[in-house]
Amino acid sequence: MLQTEMSPETIKQEKPYLQWGLTESEYDLFAEKLGRLPNLTEIGLASGMWSEHCAYKYSKPVLKTFWTKNDRVLMGPGEGAGVIAIGEGKAVVFKAESHNHPSAVEPYQGAATGVGGIIRDIFSIGAKPVAVLDSLAFGYPTDPHTKQLIDQVVAGIGDYGNAIGIPTVGGETKFAPTYAQNPLVNAMCVGVMDESAIQRGQAAGTGNSLLYVGAKTGRDGINGASFASAEFSTAEAADRSAVQVGDPFMEKLLVDACLEVTHQHQEALVGMQDMGAAGLVSSTVEMADKAGYGMVLDLDLVPQREPGMTPFEIMLSESQERMMLCVKAGHEAEVEAVFKQYDLDAVVIGHVTDDGRYRLTQGGAVVCDVPVSLLTDDAPVYHQVGKQPARLAHPAAAFVPAVSDPAATLKQLLADPNVAAKSSLYRRYDAQVQTNTIAGPGGDAAVIRVRGTHRALALTTDSNGRYLALDPAIGGAITVAEAARNLVAVGAQPLGITDCLNYGDPTKPEQFYSLQESAKGIVEATKVLNTPVISGNVSLYNETNGEAIAPTPMIGMVGLIEDLTTVTGAGFQTAGELIYVIGDTAADFNGSLLQQVQTGSVAGRLMGLDLQLEQAHQQLVLTAIRAHLIAAAHDVGDGGLGVALAEMTFALGIGAAVSLALPAAQLFSETQSRFLVTVPQSAQAAFEALAAGMAKLIGTTGGEMLQINAADGRIEEPVAVLQTIWEESLPCLLK
Amino acid sequence: MNAAVISFPGSNCDDDLMHAIGTVLGERVTKVAASATTLTGFDLVLVPGGFSYGDYLRSGAIAKFAPIMPALKAFAAAGGYVLGICNGFQILTEAGLLPGALQWNTSLQFICEPEPLVVANAHTAFSNRYRAGQTVTLPIAHGEGNYYADPATLQAIEANGQVVFRYAHNPNGSLNDIAGLTNAAGNVLGMMPHPERAVEQLIFGTDGLGVFESLKEAIEEGAYAAN
Repeated sequence: MLQTEMSPETIKQEKPYLQWGLTESEYDLFAEKLGRLPNLTEIGLASGMWSEHCAYKYSKPVLKTFWTKNDRVLMGPGEGAGVIAIGEGKAVVFKAESHNHPSAVEPYQGAATGVGGIIRDIFSIGAKPVAVLDSLAFGYPTDPHTKQLIDQVVAGIGDYGNAIGIPTVGGETKFAPTYAQNPLVNAMCVGVMDESAIQRGQAAGTGNSLLYVGAKTGRDGINGASFASAEFSTAEAADRSAVQVGDPFMEKLLVDACLEVTHQHQEALVGMQDMGAAGLVSSTVEMADKAGYGMVLDLDLVPQREPGMTPFEIMLSESQERMMLCVKAGHEAEVEAVFKQYDLDAVVIGHVTDDGRYRLTQGGAVVCDVPVSLLTDDAPVYHQVGKQPARLAHPAAAFVPAVSDPAATLKQLLADPNVAAKSSLYRRYDAQVQTNTIAGPGGDAAVIRVRGTHRALALTTDSNGRYLALDPAIGGAITVAEAARNLVAVGAQPLGITDCLNYGDPTKPEQFYSLQESAKGIVEATKVLNTPVISGNVSLYNETNGEAIAPTPMIGMVGLIEDLTTVTGAGFQTAGELIYVIGDTAADFNGSLLQQVQTGSVAGRLMGLDLQLEQAHQQLVLTAIRAHLIAAAHDVGDGGLGVALAEMTFALGIGAAVSLALPAAQLFSETQSRFLVTVPQSAQAAFEALAAGMAKLIGTTGGEMLQINAADGRIEEPVAVLQTIWEESLPCLLK
Repeated sequence: MNAAVISFPGSNCDDDLMHAIGTVLGERVTKVAASATTLTGFDLVLVPGGFSYGDYLRSGAIAKFAPIMPALKAFAAAGGYVLGICNGFQILTEAGLLPGALQWNTSLQFICEPEPLVVANAHTAFSNRYRAGQTVTLPIAHGEGNYYADPATLQAIEANGQVVFRYAHNPNGSLNDIAGLTNAAGNVLGMMPHPERAVEQLIFGTDGLGVFESLKEAIEEGAYAAN
């Protein structure tokens, strides 16, 4: 590459860094702090380390507002993943990460490497990865491009997760026009470990060794962190060289080998970190920075897939399946032996120094010599000022849906891909490997047993760009509340969250406003619901040709079930159960799926969310489940009571007869904080005493029909007919 | 019962088999690396599911050259019980221990779902705890589970009663709905569905227990040795 020959003076004049996402003033700041003109390698490293993906330069002021600590949190944001205690000496480790940009360009590898990357974050902490969830968002599957995109993203996730032997147990797939050009691919991984064995990504102790393990470094994904921190333009050729290629077989060996080192050579290991975004440079710099040390690396020792790679390429390659370990001096051989046993490269490429400097050599020459802090703490932080978009200041009039035939409306919503069964997608994922899956995909939340305990974890991902588009603050809070509701419905106490913050260009005041406001909503909800944010990432610049996606924070939430006999499902269990609705229903149609379906978009002022009420309803459901008073429980979400009731009939084909003193249209209203539960008749008195007026008896399960009587209309349909519509819609749309 | 689970690089159901046999059934079970060369002292050898050697080239195509394979063939030839599940089934057909081959599912997609199976032969060491004609539901999770054999081989398999499990609703295009079959001697079974994933009520129900309990009984009584 010509880049190696460019002198510091030429760099200053010709500004090659502009194409790597660094601005002129950032270049000047870097040079000023360095005290001289940076060479090409140094400014290249800065472009990666100072990207939004690594430095959070626009989002940091927002992320700082997150509530990240309660008495259960063992490790919060800042490491590979967060850790929460779950009792019996065990801890749960989890994190989610976006891979939106790579997936838009090369959906199969983009999605596959998204899964691979998040798995590495989990075992870098020392945890065994036990589950993967995926939150996906696409345009409506009406055009061939979108159908192909969906097929390839699902194939990429499946081929990676299936091969590596980690079950894909849940997630969500959303469809809205806003994601047509900019799909969202967010992957979450969950691990379990002993509380006492937490690893940190640090490189401490002068003279200790830096051990490179895993796949060789190639010219793939060069400077992907900068790529992910820029907008797309269809006018520019798709940048495929910035997308990585995954090898799940290699990753399987890497997981097993790294966990063996963590468990059996703990005394030799100082720290371990994934080589993720900005590859070798970010992993090593962050490890040195966290420990307050420096390091020197010899790039000639880095295992390379091809000859002639420049320092810039070696350091910013995002080749997959690589880890960086810091090993105590004198213990290198024993750790290397573990990796050799798995046929993996394990090479000492440098050592820790006490001078706080980051030095790289190649061919005996120093190619980079900068303070570690220049690449981390000295990265600029921008305090943007948000501006409320006009559409939010002057919302449209309230949407009044036309529901003349409620049965037809119900069928229309059941056929909408947002509600329709996703089994044709998730059947392509192995959901059972590791044999801990109590409840797999398709329910309110997945449930997995924790080996070696009597406990289970409930897992969910939730997002709702429709609500955020109308009110980012309330929409953000609702996303958190809905995730918690999904966990509570299966009988779990929500513990904490990870998030992927998917937004548009933060340099645009109206986009920054959405980020800032939704964070306020998220913070408020996490405090009331006692679910701190322990990890996450940001994905800004989700724009194509200047058009941003609806702000879409994805909330991944984990909950705890302490008694395995209380795991609850959404399906009606037997005939004769009493059906209760918890929470009142109002004419809340702005932002609803019904509005999306009937008008093609959303508008108006978003419904409110009363967090105290939300918390009270969740507490009631959880207490009743724990007291064995509940047979089935379901969150009322997209499509309202009508859709939720239909979904409850599908599990076992048991129908219901329900009467509601509501206008028929309100069967599809999306008023928040509602649950549907069923109670065996024997538990009626106990449940009603507990509910103290919060639950309303609306009907009974049984028969083969779903009958819903509303004030001005009724639904009376065979469950089998509704279920066929629900099950066949998505496969038909994707043909 | 003293079982061995062979672990190839890329196997991912080896630990599930260890759990099913060791923890749930409480029997002796040892994990044996595919780099080992002996299988002495065992009365059952299990070839687990997963993606041995990444399933590169073709499922099982590289695994059949693993150092353990001569010992496995000798063990089978001596009448020892061998059970290959999913990728294990693929490896056994590649290695010539079972007839036929497993092709891509007709949908060309990986399929993971509960699959009802009909017990076709309850007089084998692997199925004596089931009733012929009984339906059991086990999870499948595979991309290449579409069983194929040439017409003459297929006819021989059927005539000899080697088919043990058939799909009630064929998910992958397998000839004669074959989900699991034995060799002619009856001491080697390959099956695509995962019995080890269905041994606990909490996880998937217990329809898979019968396979392991059948083997236990056969081994303990010695009554179903290669017939």
